[in-house]
Amino acid sequence: MGKVIVVTSGKGGVGKTTSTAALGAALAQRNERVVVVDFDVGLRNLDLVMGAERRVVYDLINVIQGEAKLSQALIRDKRLETLFLLPASQTRDKNNLTAEGVERVITELKRVFDWVICDSPAGIESGATHAMRHADVAVVVTNPEVSSVRDSDRIIGLLDAKTVKAERGERMEKHLLLTRYDASRAERGDMLKVDDVLEILSIPLLGIIPESMDVLRASNLGSPVTLADARSAPAMAYFDAARRLAGEALPITIPGEKRGIFDKIFGRKAA
Amino acid sequence: MSIFGLFRKQQSAPMARERLQVLLAHERASASTDLVAVLREEILAVIARHVEIDSDKVHIKIDRDENVSILEIDVEIPLAATAQAA
Ligand SMILES: Nc1ncnc2c1ncn2[C@@H]1O[C@H](COP(=O)(O)OP(=O)(O)O)[C@@H](O)[C@H]1O
Ligand SMILES: [Mg+2]
Repeated sequence: MGKVIVVTSGKGGVGKTTSTAALGAALAQRNERVVVVDFDVGLRNLDLVMGAERRVVYDLINVIQGEAKLSQALIRDKRLETLFLLPASQTRDKNNLTAEGVERVITELKRVFDWVICDSPAGIESGATHAMRHADVAVVVTNPEVSSVRDSDRIIGLLDAKTVKAERGERMEKHLLLTRYDASRAERGDMLKVDDVLEILSIPLLGIIPESMDVLRASNLGSPVTLADARSAPAMAYFDAARRLAGEALPITIPGEKRGIFDKIFGRKAA
Repeated sequence: MSIFGLFRKQQSAPMARERLQVLLAHERASASTDLVAVLREEILAVIARHVEIDSDKVHIKIDRDENVSILEIDVEIPLAATAQAA
């Protein structure tokens, strides 16, 4: 049985879709069978970030409404054999997502894939709760910034209340993925520190993804950053996060912490 | 602080951290009120089946931590009621 991951945050624009694609491609490069599922009905974007926008025929709503078979809606990645996308509908209303329908689709996917990664829409409404409902593990995407941290706190509360796991009285596994981290702003003391966010949200850290042009370049090309430029800083951070998801214990490195020679000579200290 | 630091604006991150801590303590308390209210009613009903208690003397609180949430139940039972139950 595969593992179901929800990538969630409350706030929009923090990097959920980027992270879903990057983690999915990273896991698939380990030869594991991965499906990324877009739950952002009406505002789908995962297809674009994955570069599969012109290949969408059927979507999640079609499958839920019985208008297409799951196998007809799944799109196989052109670069990675074991990576698949289940797109969201762009035209249908999100009210077409039913609890039974979502459960049926997730159950079927779990049977076929090692990883089912659900890209949650922003907000705390039905779209977000459908996406998290059957998760085994939650990746809480947060930017080091006040409104994102507050919304993540809210989402953590929902994960502990509205998921099947929580309702069964089991512990919901939650991990913090700190994204768009800017080392120079942190150094200046104008961005929340990693430790601050960890202390406030009190969930374990999955990784820190630096703010980087490489992410924009990858999405322009329609490729997860872990495929477009595997040697770039954000890609390497995503690869590490994927390894931790798969259960490896790796030390966390904070982007930009390695002092450059300039800093050594002038003995600059981090704030 | 270096001499350049004197010209710098004050760091804003410590302020962000403090504001968040205060705000979230408050929001967590009110987000769990529903659950607290339900638990309170039900716990009260169970105890009331065995001993007579004052509903104001039942205090319930939920604290969230990294791995667990801690549910604190504080019930004051009058001496007379304990004697009657024993
Ligand atoms: N690490 C990063 N560095 C730079 N830009 C990023 C990074 N992560 C995400 N972005 C950009 O931020 C925007 C929102 O990202 P997206 O993944 O769509 O967020 P969400 O799905 O949470 O709404 C996109 O333009 C994306 O390219
Ligand atoms: Mg998105």
